[in-house]
Amino acid sequence: MRELIGKPAPDGPDLALTIAIWGGAALVAGSFLALLGDLLWHGAARVSWDFLVMAPEHAGKTGGIGPILASTVAILAVALLAALPLGLATAIWLSNFTRGGSLLARQVNLSLDVLAGVPSIVFGLFGNAFFSVVLGMGFSIAAGGLTLACMILPIFIRSVESGLSAVPDEWRRGAAALGLSQAAALRHILLPAAAPAISAGMMLGIGRALAETAALIFTSGYVDRMPESLLDSGRALAVHIYDLSMNVTGGDQAAYASALVLIVLLLAINSVAQTLTGRFLARRISQP
Amino acid sequence: MISSPNNISSRWPADQRLAVSLGLAAALVAAILGLVVAFLSKESWPLLRDIELTRFLTDDGWHPTEQSYGMMPMLTATLAASFGALLLAAPLGLASALFCRFYAPPALARSYRRMLGLLAGIPSVVFGFWGLTVLVPLIARWEPPGASLLAAVLILALMVLPTVALTSDTALGAVPANWLHGAAALGLSRRGMLFGVAIPAARRGIFAGILLAAARALGETMAVLMVAGNVVQSPSSLFDPVRTMTANIALEMAYATGDHRASLFVTGLLLTALVLLLVLGTLRNTGEHGHA
Repeated sequence: MRELIGKPAPDGPDLALTIAIWGGAALVAGSFLALLGDLLWHGAARVSWDFLVMAPEHAGKTGGIGPILASTVAILAVALLAALPLGLATAIWLSNFTRGGSLLARQVNLSLDVLAGVPSIVFGLFGNAFFSVVLGMGFSIAAGGLTLACMILPIFIRSVESGLSAVPDEWRRGAAALGLSQAAALRHILLPAAAPAISAGMMLGIGRALAETAALIFTSGYVDRMPESLLDSGRALAVHIYDLSMNVTGGDQAAYASALVLIVLLLAINSVAQTLTGRFLARRISQP
Repeated sequence: MISSPNNISSRWPADQRLAVSLGLAAALVAAILGLVVAFLSKESWPLLRDIELTRFLTDDGWHPTEQSYGMMPMLTATLAASFGALLLAAPLGLASALFCRFYAPPALARSYRRMLGLLAGIPSVVFGFWGLTVLVPLIARWEPPGASLLAAVLILALMVLPTVALTSDTALGAVPANWLHGAAALGLSRRGMLFGVAIPAARRGIFAGILLAAARALGETMAVLMVAGNVVQSPSSLFDPVRTMTANIALEMAYATGDHRASLFVTGLLLTALVLLLVLGTLRNTGEHGHA
């Protein structure tokens, strides 16, 4: 669209506007690079294989983040195990089995839109009251994971829904003309066609869950030992960064290194999601 | 249409069963919001039953262990930090979107968009940590103590900026090319085209982005907790340390019991209500569900 707005007038308000917009963009990019550069600069020295596998010592000041990575993965696994089947079923129902205007569909949509905006600390309160206290899970990986599952459902369901609704209607008609049941059409046509969108939604959900801190402090807790069961408390990587920088004097070095590990994980997941979304779009465009 | 998404009649019994079980899953998802509200209310109830609602605003200060529940300073701090962040993020975000759509060469625009996506995905705890180690000392050199409303405003602005930028970018991309051609044919200046045609045409989307950013700023906990100083007071200047409602929950939940714990859930209810208003405002504004 760049060509649409023509050449700027060489002086006067157009020039001022050009300077302001390039300046604004440079400021944003500069801040981003400053943040990333700072993490790399201070964090890279500490990150090593030992750091990734060793247990933290002296409240995390020395040693590594082995048990913390294990807890993070366990929390993530619980969240995905709960959110993926539920989210997939809901997305299929929303896109194939209901009229947009039905009462339940309206309720589901409202619930998803509001849940997407509810602050993470409020999810933490809810998770603490419901999973930890009422369901008796205490501070545990299970309680933290289930709280995160509630948080990532909206983003996952919306991705899958858009993937399913992007499947051309001819395919559905073709399946119906061949006498396929809807279940068979889903299994053999719709879900494979939407697979990249499903994976991209999953990646977005993982990214959101990995980044989360506030919802976990009062659900999965602070314990930095290697968890032995899902009912043990386990400290997520993001919680570890928070604890090191706020509660441990001299923990900055380790916090930088942990933050770098977290960012690298997120960047990797983000590029996978981007690639999958790109492949999904390419597949749509290449269809006749 | 034989197999329109709306057609749930099927001659296969398997399909009937599938429809029922998928419907149950959807009902469970719909119930989550209800559960969240129900549990926040249940935990708040012991306190809400006993004291007047207005006391949360009129009580003198926040001393929950002495039955004084004045949230006004923290509400002021939350609103001031969010408003300040939007004041910075809205123009910068819009400028970023205009840059992507109209100024940058295509390759640069692609990388810039990619960068905005990455910025949106950086965890709030990392923003907070960076603010604490880089921004706060900088501000402290200028005007101690450093951990302040200003630090919170700057970090929040950086965090919510991608929301404004990416939503505005999409909205600007949806402006019909004809309109811009028309404006060019009329001999409008660049500024005239952007401010007279493109931005007005995309204003709903841009406004929706700003509302979403506001919701994100109001609800942000970790970053603000780490840089704002956490003193319960109504800020009189940008350099005063403040405590927001979200930070207060995170700080006190660890040891709060009884009515004190209930008062934190009241704070949670209040935050949810604020965000709910913003989300409903966004939905009404865009006339559809917010995920478009």
